[in-house]
Amino acid sequence: MDYAASFALIAPELVLTISGLVLLLVAAWGGDKASRMISIAAAVSLGGAFALAAPAVCTGATGLDTMAFGDLFRADAYANLAKLMIFAAAGAVLVVAPRFFTGIGEMRAEYPILVVFAALGMSIMVSATNLLTLYIGLELNSLAAYVLAAFLRDDERSAEAGLKYFVLGALASGILLFGMSLVYGFAGTTNFMGIAEAVQGDLSTGMLFGLIFMLAGLAFKISAAPFHMWTPDVYEGAPTPTTMFFASAPKVAAVALLARVMMEGFGTQVDAWRQVVIAAALLSIIIGALGAIGQTNIKRLLAFSSINNVGFILIGLAAATVTGISAMLVYLAIYVVMTVGSFVAVLLMRDAEGNQVEGISDLAGLSTTRPALAAVMAMLMFSLAGIPPLFGFWGKFVVFEAVVQADMLALAAIGIAASVIGAFYYIKVVKIMYFDEPAGTITGEGDTPHWALLFICAAIVSPLGYLLTPWLGELADGAAASLMLPA
Amino acid sequence: MTVFAFYMFAAFVIASGAMTILSRNPVHSVLWLILAFFNAAGLMVLVGAEFLAMLLIVVYVGAVAVLFLFVVMMLNIDFAEMRAGFMKNAPLGLAVAVILLAELVLGIGAYRAGRLELGTPTGDAAPIAGASNIENIGALLYGKYVFLFEAAGIILLVAMIGAIVLTHRERRATRGHQNIAKQNARRPDEATVNVKPEYGQGVEL
Repeated sequence: MDYAASFALIAPELVLTISGLVLLLVAAWGGDKASRMISIAAAVSLGGAFALAAPAVCTGATGLDTMAFGDLFRADAYANLAKLMIFAAAGAVLVVAPRFFTGIGEMRAEYPILVVFAALGMSIMVSATNLLTLYIGLELNSLAAYVLAAFLRDDERSAEAGLKYFVLGALASGILLFGMSLVYGFAGTTNFMGIAEAVQGDLSTGMLFGLIFMLAGLAFKISAAPFHMWTPDVYEGAPTPTTMFFASAPKVAAVALLARVMMEGFGTQVDAWRQVVIAAALLSIIIGALGAIGQTNIKRLLAFSSINNVGFILIGLAAATVTGISAMLVYLAIYVVMTVGSFVAVLLMRDAEGNQVEGISDLAGLSTTRPALAAVMAMLMFSLAGIPPLFGFWGKFVVFEAVVQADMLALAAIGIAASVIGAFYYIKVVKIMYFDEPAGTITGEGDTPHWALLFICAAIVSPLGYLLTPWLGELADGAAASLMLPA
Repeated sequence: MTVFAFYMFAAFVIASGAMTILSRNPVHSVLWLILAFFNAAGLMVLVGAEFLAMLLIVVYVGAVAVLFLFVVMMLNIDFAEMRAGFMKNAPLGLAVAVILLAELVLGIGAYRAGRLELGTPTGDAAPIAGASNIENIGALLYGKYVFLFEAAGIILLVAMIGAIVLTHRERRATRGHQNIAKQNARRPDEATVNVKPEYGQGVEL
C-alpha cells in the first residue's frame, strides 16, 4: 500500500479533518465570541475541499489509480461529483447559520465545526468501497447530524427533533449493520468488488436478506417511503439552517452511497434490488405528494417535498444503467440547488422584529408586501413541481428519459402521473402568495448574504439554468461511467 | 472435549441472552448480560482469539457492564407502572414476535440450504505466520485499516463535542458577587443623582 498516493487521494478529507481540529481548538480558547470567525474559516476550508475535489470530476478519474488504502476508499469522478454537491450545500449552510443563531442568541462556536465533521463523514460515505468505510462514514455524519438537530437545546421542538432523529437513526443503523453482517457472512468479504464476485449466479436467501436489510437501513437515511416517518417531525423541529443541511447534503451522500453499493456490489443482481427501489420510489412520490397537502408549516411542507423528490431520484437508480445513474446525479444537483434556495427563502420569512415565521398562512399576499421574495419563491415552487420553463423540469425529464430507455414504460407513466399530484401543493403555495389577502406578518428585512445566495439559486433554477445542461450532463456522464466501470 | 465446551458456552450465551431480555428486574438483566459476555469470551478462546477474549472481559465486563449497572440503578424504575398496559400491547408484541420467529426459521433454513465454507484466510487477510493474536490485530488495525481507525477516532471526537454542546452550560452567577474594593471606592456623587422632574413626567434613570 502506497501511503503517499493514498494521502493525495484523500486530500479533501484531510483538509476538512485538519481544519475541523484546528477550529475546535480555536473554539476552545476563543469561546463563542470567535464563532463568526470560525464560521468563515469553516466555509473557506469547505471551499478548499471543493477545489481539491473538482479536478477529478473534470478529468473523469476512474480505475485503480483512484483507490486509496487498499480497497477501502475510492476517489473517482462519481465520488468527487457527489462531494462537490455536499461541500457546496454545507458551505451554503454556514453562510445562513450565523444570522439565524445570532438572532435568537444561541450562536455557539461548535455549530460550524460539527457541519465540517458532518461533511467529512459524508465525503467518506460517497467514497466508500467497503462496508466498513460505508458504516464509519455514515456514523460520523449521523452523529454530527443528531447534535445539529438538537442544537437549540432550550427549544422543546429542537430537542424532540434531535431525540427522534437519534432513536430512529440508531434503529436504521442497526438494521443496516444486520444486513451488512449477513452480506459479509455470505460473501466472505466486506469489499464491494469482492461482494460482486461472490454474488454471481443465483443469489442465496441469506444474501438476499442482507441486501434487503441494507436497502431498508439506507432508505431510512435518505427518508424514502416507507421509512420516511421521522422526516416531517425532524425537519420541522430542527433549527432551519440544520433543516436546510439535512434536506440537501446528507441526501446526496446517502443516495450516492446507495447507488454505489447497488451498482458496484450488486451490479450483477439488478433484478433482486430493482423491485425494492421501484416500490420505494413510487411510494415516496405518492406519500410525499399526498402528505404535503394538509400541511400548515412551510418546513413540514418542504420535508414532504424532499420525500417526493427522493422518489424521483430513486427512479433514476431503478434504471440501473449509465444513463440512469447520470440522470440521478443531474437530478441530485438540481435538487440541491432548489432545496437550498427554498430554505434560504424560508429563512427570509421574518416578522418586523426579525423573528422567523414558518406558517404557510403567513405567506398570504407576499406578492404585494415583498414582491421580490414572492417572485423567487414562486419560481422555486414551480421548479420543484417540475413545470417546464424552469430547471426543475430538466431533472425530471432526464430521469424519465433514462427509465424509458431502460424499457420501463410503466414506471415512467406512474411516476409522471404521480408528479401531477405533487404539483398541486406547490401551486397552492404560489396561490396563497399571489391571490390571498396580505397577512402582513412578513415585514422583516433580509441581509446581503441571504439575498446573494437566494439569487444564485434562483438564477440556476431559472431558464438560464439550461445553459448548464451540456456541461452538467457531461460531468454526470463521466461520473456515472467511472462508477459502472469494473475497476 | 472442545465440542463439549463449545456447546456449553454457546448454550449459556443463548440462555443468558434470553434471560437478559426476559427478566423483569433491570438489574438482573445487566447481571445476565455479564454472564453472556463471559461465555462469549469463552467461545472466543475456543477459536483461538485469546486476546479478544481478554479484551471482552476487561472492557465489556469491567467497564461497560458496570457502567450499565450504575445507570440502571439510578433510573428509579416504577415496576407497577411497567406492568400496566401490558395486555393492551400484547397482540402487537405477539405479532412482532411471530414475524421475528418466522425470519429466524427462514434464516436457519437458508443457512442449511447453502452453508458457509469457512476456509483459511488468504491474501491480505492471511494471518502473519508465527505471530500472536495481538500482533495480528495490530498489523490489521494500524496497517491495512489505519484509515478507518483514524476515522473512528474522529467519530468519538464528534460524539464528545456533541455531549458537551448539548449538556454543558456556562456557569452563570446566581447571586451578584460582592466586590469590596469597588464598594469602598464608591463616592456619593456617583451613587446619587439629583433630578428635577417636570410635573406629570416620569423620571428617567
